[in-house]
Amino acid sequence: MDGTPEKITKVSIIVSKGSLEGIYPALIMANGARAEGMDANLFFTFFGLDAVNKKRIEHIKVATVGNPAMHIPTLIGGLPGMSGLATHMMSKTMDKLDIPPIPEFIEMIGDTGCGMYACKASVDMFNLTKDDFVEQVQDIITVGDFYDMAAGGQIIFT
Amino acid sequence: MTTATYAGVPVEVNDEGFFVDPNQWTRDIAVELAKADGLDELTEQHWTVLEFMRKEYFEKGTGPTVRVLGKTSGVSVKDLYLLFPKGPAKMAARIAGIPKPKGCI
Repeated sequence: MDGTPEKITKVSIIVSKGSLEGIYPALIMANGARAEGMDANLFFTFFGLDAVNKKRIEHIKVATVGNPAMHIPTLIGGLPGMSGLATHMMSKTMDKLDIPPIPEFIEMIGDTGCGMYACKASVDMFNLTKDDFVEQVQDIITVGDFYDMAAGGQIIFT
Repeated sequence: MTTATYAGVPVEVNDEGFFVDPNQWTRDIAVELAKADGLDELTEQHWTVLEFMRKEYFEKGTGPTVRVLGKTSGVSVKDLYLLFPKGPAKMAARIAGIPKPKGCI
């Protein structure tokens, strides 16, 4: 062993959450992987499907309740409009940092050649079809398909 | 840091092959760097990207992100990945003779 670890050449990233803070890290990691010349796939499951759902993609919000890191008392965080306000403020900061809004980010990541797939079990559970998703979603696949696709790379669950 | 020789010119590069001094870069060097990275020919579009990256670097002190490249260089994100398959920001920055861009996006 020469002490230099082998480079990661492929990642498959699972997006299981539908909040803003649940979706962005996965998108940044997938985009970053492609920018480094690695192969990348995104697999959307459960509420993570919101990130690619045409009706939901424009309305992804930060969780202000049940999120201690926000440092807002739960009852205040639960007031109507709080989540929208926090999302608005965070989006403004991200815009300054050149982080695109989710719809633009998904389109851009599609253009990088990253694969995007929806989880069949979740799609069936929410009564969705391929038409409910943005065009970047290539297919609805089973967990077995996902493992086949992830072969030879690292799997990251978010 | 090491010294590499491209197109007959000794150049200071870091461990990943990025230029330490972008002023040492020439178009002949770019052609040789591109070949080493698997690009046999640099097309007009490649040069557009490389020159845009150098311009941004000298203006802003860091190379552009892929998003900025896609929006302002005149070459789309899709085409950027076709032109520089090993990752546009990184591969193009190396061939353009500028340090690796620092952004995460």
